Amino acid sequence: MFLYSSITKKVLMALAGLFLVTFLCVHLGINLMLLKNDGGRAFTEAATFMGTNVLIKVFEIVLFAGFLLHIVFGLLVSGQNRGARPTSYAVNNSSDTSPFSKYMFHTGIIVFIFLLLHFIDFYFIKIGLVAPPPGIAAHDFYNRTLLLFSTPGYSALYIFCFIALGIHLNHAIQSAFQTLGWNHGKYMDAVKLLGSAFSFFIAAGFSLVPIFILFFKN
Amino acid sequence: MNFTLKIWRQKNVAAKGEIISYDVSGISPDSSFFEMLDTLNQKLIMTGGDPVAFDHDCREGICGTCSLYINGRPHGPVKGVTTCQLHMRSFADGETIHIEPWRAKAFPVIRDLIVDRSAFDKIIQAGGYVSVNTGGVPDANTIPVPKEKSEAAMDAAACIGCGACVAACSNAAAMLFIGAKVSHLALLPQGRVEAAKRVQKMVACMDELGFGNCSNTYACEADCPKGISVTNIARMNREFLGAKLFAEKEKVVRDSL
Amino acid sequence: MTRLNARIPEGPVASKWTDYKSSCKLVNPNNKRKLDIIVVGTGLAGASAAAALGELGYKVKVFCYQDSPRRAHSIAAQGGINAAKNYPNDGDSAFRLFYDTIKGGDYRAREANVYRLAQVSNQIIDLCAAQGVPFAREYGGLLANRSFGGAQVSRTFYARGQTGQQLLLGAYSALSRQIALGNVTLFNRRDVLDTVLVDGKARGIITRNLVTGEIERHAAHAVVLASGGYGNVFFLSTNAMGSNVTPAWSAYKKGAMFANPCFTQIHPTCIPVHGDTQSKLTLMSESLRNDGRIWVPRKLSDVEKLRNQSIKPSDIPEEERDYYLERRYPAFGNLVPRDVASRAAKERCDAGFGVGSTGVAVFLDFADAIKRKGHDTIEALYGNLFQMYEQIVADNPYETPMMIYPAVHYTMGGLWVDYELMTTIPGLFAIGECNFSDHGANRLGASALMQGLADGYFVLPYTIGNYLASEIHTPRFDTNASEFTLAAQGVTDRLKKMKNSGGKESVDHYHRHLGKIMWEYCGMARNDAGLTEALYQITELRQEYARGVRIPGGLDEYNPELEKACRVGDFIELGELMVRDAQQRQESCGGHFREEYQTSEGEALRNDDKFASVAAWEYNGGEGTASLHLEELQFNEIKLSQRSYK
Repeated sequence: MFLYSSITKKVLMALAGLFLVTFLCVHLGINLMLLKNDGGRAFTEAATFMGTNVLIKVFEIVLFAGFLLHIVFGLLVSGQNRGARPTSYAVNNSSDTSPFSKYMFHTGIIVFIFLLLHFIDFYFIKIGLVAPPPGIAAHDFYNRTLLLFSTPGYSALYIFCFIALGIHLNHAIQSAFQTLGWNHGKYMDAVKLLGSAFSFFIAAGFSLVPIFILFFKN
Repeated sequence: MNFTLKIWRQKNVAAKGEIISYDVSGISPDSSFFEMLDTLNQKLIMTGGDPVAFDHDCREGICGTCSLYINGRPHGPVKGVTTCQLHMRSFADGETIHIEPWRAKAFPVIRDLIVDRSAFDKIIQAGGYVSVNTGGVPDANTIPVPKEKSEAAMDAAACIGCGACVAACSNAAAMLFIGAKVSHLALLPQGRVEAAKRVQKMVACMDELGFGNCSNTYACEADCPKGISVTNIARMNREFLGAKLFAEKEKVVRDSL
Repeated sequence: MTRLNARIPEGPVASKWTDYKSSCKLVNPNNKRKLDIIVVGTGLAGASAAAALGELGYKVKVFCYQDSPRRAHSIAAQGGINAAKNYPNDGDSAFRLFYDTIKGGDYRAREANVYRLAQVSNQIIDLCAAQGVPFAREYGGLLANRSFGGAQVSRTFYARGQTGQQLLLGAYSALSRQIALGNVTLFNRRDVLDTVLVDGKARGIITRNLVTGEIERHAAHAVVLASGGYGNVFFLSTNAMGSNVTPAWSAYKKGAMFANPCFTQIHPTCIPVHGDTQSKLTLMSESLRNDGRIWVPRKLSDVEKLRNQSIKPSDIPEEERDYYLERRYPAFGNLVPRDVASRAAKERCDAGFGVGSTGVAVFLDFADAIKRKGHDTIEALYGNLFQMYEQIVADNPYETPMMIYPAVHYTMGGLWVDYELMTTIPGLFAIGECNFSDHGANRLGASALMQGLADGYFVLPYTIGNYLASEIHTPRFDTNASEFTLAAQGVTDRLKKMKNSGGKESVDHYHRHLGKIMWEYCGMARNDAGLTEALYQITELRQEYARGVRIPGGLDEYNPELEKACRVGDFIELGELMVRDAQQRQESCGGHFREEYQTSEGEALRNDDKFASVAAWEYNGGEGTASLHLEELQFNEIKLSQRSYK
């Protein structure tokens, strides 16, 4: 794996990234059910389905593998990139670049930290590694969510992380197309536009939940 | 015009370098950047100093020898030109100008502002050619090439191999340089024959030489003096993937006498 | 005179080369491996030769002063490459290309060599296309041609305005392939400072590693010089900063004769000089003359007003403009050959009609063409050139006329070679611009690329084999032999002496001075009194230079001033020889215009009875002395006539 060529590494990262994007869509869909004023029935049903369906269970492993691949290659590639310029410039580089493209590593790290946090808050509780907070059952994601988002500080952190993810995605999507060789003069502008729209949609969609809970619930 | 220059000075590949400040005065705005440096060097020679070493040759923007990193950009602030075509009128009177060599592991500094770019030669040697010998080629018109393809190949072939793409890239990647050569030859039927082999060999050589990976920031395209497009990198990625996915296992061919 | 034998094969000119190829000696593949060849220079000629020889199986060492072979100055050629393909069906043939080249060279080139050049021209295009050179194409996918430099047929192949670059990259790729295969070894950042002779034959070179300063010895069975031209003798030229005559000059000093040194080409469409700190001149493609009209004001009062900027060029009405080329040469107009166009510009400027802040420039006006063909068409044709001009001069050529002035561009003279491209030193070959053989007194546009590649790919690989066939029993040389030690010691001594001479002025000071003398007295127009003056001044300059020049830094390190010092020392000596050659040639021909020899209308007047010959100079040891040998030129196929473009 470490011996893969630079392009192979990037291609695997891009494929894993695109796969993770599909996961984001599903996750967002379920999250948005929180907005439904039914006391969390739909949300819990969906969460239960995701937690019990065998196919989804299998897919969960693939998902973890995807995350792992994306993160490990991300770190590996970034390390090599740093090594490729042992002496840095005295004057900061002021070349024009694709927006935020230089900050993929930084936004990636933020998202990674968020992921750890998210695991502690939900997944580890579910699988029993961490004890749930008093009064909430291990599988009661609905009330767990309400509890977390009722803290403004947590909500702000959550939104911050998703803005970082949005920035990450804004470059990532068109970048994945480029890495996979799907850059064509005719379509690339559309890819970039749709990629930006999608990343905004993801960031906004996920942020909507804490805002809704904070301001409109209770 | 007067300028303050902050220039990287380094005796040789092993020495530790530092930035030293110089003043130049009475520079004509019509002077090229190198003529300004010539003036500085003449002054240094006459006052017993050590003239600044920099790479330059044709001074008309085509040989690709010149390689200065000026105020945070390879070839300076003007888009689409090499250092030798940069004129002092593009700077403000009294400005402080920072001049550094290209920085990359694969381009070690030889002296002052001069770097060793033989890594690029090695990459071309790895496969940046069509394997034909001088004799026995068909008449040039036997193989028609669609005009659009030929123009696209020319766009890629316009690369002057200066290394600004590597210098501009935050990862010191050489993808634009290699992408341009891979594209140039892959777009033409003459180069198509060994396209799969070529791209694999060139990429392997690039990796070996210690260039960084592409993170698609497109700084390379923005600072390429010849405006080589990053679509060439995408084409290379495509070629590479295709080659890796569909390549047949290589067979050992034994010529019998 | 007995020493100059061009060894031209017998028989009709059209079959000489074919006959030669079928009768020359060959080297067995097993023996090729045992033979070493040194190639100096990696331009079109050097790179193509090294690649072709590597393919044949010789062990080749190739040297360049640049950091990479791809940077040689052939890369700057813009216009195109000629070939007698006759793809456009407009009546071209090898004979016609041969005829045009001889005539364009004002009948001072060797027929047999030029005919061979025309014959192999087609193979060059085939090979380059196969290498992946992206030549311009028609919509049907076949190769496009254009007419160039006033030729009456369209025989020029091109790759946008970067033909030289693309052809060189083609040769560089072929060379890279041979390097990868181990047939060729590359030595970059090396100055070639001497040629080593063993028993009268060229057997090696002495080089200086420009990075470490180390003096190195390299031995081979034959040495090929492809080190380019010597235009930098004029200080300001379109040559690259590093272009130099040193390898050829060292060979001259070891006994290779230098032919027609005074034949230099002044290109009419360059960007004018802007001031004293200028280091280099930039060429604008000759193709601009296809649509641009060249003029200066008719009245001196308008010149004055232009200079103090009280009027703009466009304020001068049509009838007050002097389209001097159209006036003097109604048949060819703005498309007269380079030498004619250059001289006419000088004539106007000398008469005080020059424009621009310095008064040494003429207008190249596209207003009419834009009106006739439309802005977009002109942009499609010349957009990149206009952009380049605007970048350098900060004037927009779509709105105000360009300003141009002639500049030194190419040198037709060079080491004397025979039909086999061998100099008067056995085993020492000279190819490309480095030799003298194909362009006579004036080179036609798009012919330099053709000659470089013809020599390297298609001529030398045969002729060098003919020489090496008798060397197969010569073992590889030991570079510790006394000849090498002596030569290396000579180089070291010269460098030390120069370094320690400790003069007051820098190298550039002397180079600039030499350039002024050469441009003034041995440039576009020459006369006996001026040449005598030049000889005097150069002698003084040479002595002053020998007394001392200021070179900072050490011998054992990267030292560009030391490199320049060697080159300029050689340029000064060569300048002297050029002046002597110009003085000796009492006629006007091509790029060599002697004011004493002109027609009543001011055109060049040849003297075929006395000067239909090649002047080859032999070094005879002392400084400032050389003896002249003549090779009479035989014209069997072409009748000599006065060039007329009226």
